[in-house]
Amino acid sequence: MSIFSLPFMQYALVGALITGLAAPALGTYLVQRRLALIGDGIGHIALTGVAVGLLTANSPVLTATLTAAAGAVAIELVRERGKTSGDVALAILFYGGIAGGVFLVNLSASHTNANLMAYLFGSPLTTTPGDLRVMAVLAGVILAVTVGLRPWLFAICHDEEHARVSGLPVRTLNLLLAVATAVTVTVAMRAVGLLLVSALMVIPVATAQLLASGFRATQRLAMGIGVVVAGAGIWFAGMYDTAPGATIVLLAIAGFALATVASSGWRRLRRSRQGLDEAAAEPPEVVLTR
Amino acid sequence: MSHPPVIELRDGVVGYHDRPVLHEVSLTVAPGEVLAILGANGSGKSTLVKAVLGLLPLAAGTVALFGTPLARFRQRHRIGYVPQRLGAGSGVPATVTEVVSSGRLARRGLLRPARAADRQAVATAIATVGLADRHADPVTTLSGGQQQRALIARALAAEPELLVLDEPTAGVDAASQVAFAATVRGFVASERSSEASDAAGFAAGGGTVVLVAHELGPLAELVSRAVVLHQGRVVHDGAVPPPAGHHADPGHQHVHPHAPGEPLGLWNGTGRQ
Repeated sequence: MSIFSLPFMQYALVGALITGLAAPALGTYLVQRRLALIGDGIGHIALTGVAVGLLTANSPVLTATLTAAAGAVAIELVRERGKTSGDVALAILFYGGIAGGVFLVNLSASHTNANLMAYLFGSPLTTTPGDLRVMAVLAGVILAVTVGLRPWLFAICHDEEHARVSGLPVRTLNLLLAVATAVTVTVAMRAVGLLLVSALMVIPVATAQLLASGFRATQRLAMGIGVVVAGAGIWFAGMYDTAPGATIVLLAIAGFALATVASSGWRRLRRSRQGLDEAAAEPPEVVLTR
Repeated sequence: MSHPPVIELRDGVVGYHDRPVLHEVSLTVAPGEVLAILGANGSGKSTLVKAVLGLLPLAAGTVALFGTPLARFRQRHRIGYVPQRLGAGSGVPATVTEVVSSGRLARRGLLRPARAADRQAVATAIATVGLADRHADPVTTLSGGQQQRALIARALAAEPELLVLDEPTAGVDAASQVAFAATVRGFVASERSSEASDAAGFAAGGGTVVLVAHELGPLAELVSRAVVLHQGRVVHDGAVPPPAGHHADPGHQHVHPHAPGEPLGLWNGTGRQ
């Protein structure tokens, strides 16, 4: 573990752990809504914000957060209308975001594309204590929303019509979730980069839902998996000099593959053990699974 | 003092994209009534209840719930809504308890942690629909009928006075339909619990039920009044019409794959064949 005696490795580790905890906590709602790719789109939009920060010598994290939040709210408004043309509107928003980012960065003489690469694919090894403070505060906000408001956010993601009949402030909660998604994207940008943000929001959740039977259990397990793969990814990257963001994501995918094999094997085992008496006891009813 | 009507819809017009689906429909539901809204596919049944609940905007007309205009109606816990089915199986698993608990939020208010009474109400609702032994299971592992019962438990968890059910028995096996009828019977017969003292002056004995259905099946004996819609207009309001007449309606487009000789209430759209 000697590599973690280096300060920059410590910062990288802490930053990755914060990301690993916060991204799946939010991603659980996106997966539940079948909007797993929305984080990717918001990442595209955030790139314009990063470029604005680099160009105007402001903090790229701040400008990215603001731009991503505005984009997320716009996406939510499109989704709310449920128009078929919404699909195209989202595509325009996403590609406009990435093109705007590249365009703006190239305008600035001092900043090269290398700088952009750091935001696209992450550069946790350059994390500073100042970055960590910002990340910790933002992650605290994300966790307060995603864990503290779990029953309400679950209700609107699970059945929006019912939530509206129940008198929940559906629109406010939807916008809150959209902004929290944008904040998560900018927190995770440092560790895994904008192009891989969605992976850390979605893959731990996909893994956890294979193993857990409830929503709360899935969210908790996903957060645990996120922390483990983020920590292990930084360690691996430090030991073997690999790209940290990509390493974290590949580890998460490996975990997903492992969980798939384990859960299908366990289910087969259980079915063969229980199959006989269950078939006798239960009348053949319709099972409305996907 | 007489109680205000539970639902009062006056001259309601609803249209999708300029195509009117409801034409100036008026409907008043008194406390304790069990109203069935019948009609063919596309007759406007679901549109009618969605407009009453505020899920669809009225192009013209007014709705009042419990004597309060819809726009100012805040006591949402007095309504229990059971949609046709669980939304296309959400991605992340959720247990029966988690789904039913979301029905309790209407009484909980934002940010307030669940109290013992909330947990008790959720457990009671789950037991009422006979899913107590499945409470920790993911809803997607339940049968269609059991999922429908979970949605009814979610509506009951708020301890409502009005239960609105949108095609509750469509695609549900016969055993679940009977269990479902027993649940509705219990709701109609129940006196308001201690919670009702909060709403003193509103409490009206048994619960009120509005039920959208193709066919009533085991629910027929509970229904005190039936409204039949045809092409967005009320064509019958009164006693439950004989099913044959309803099916003989010229505009009836009942295309479910069931043989004509089958007993009523046993068919279902997806469960058979």
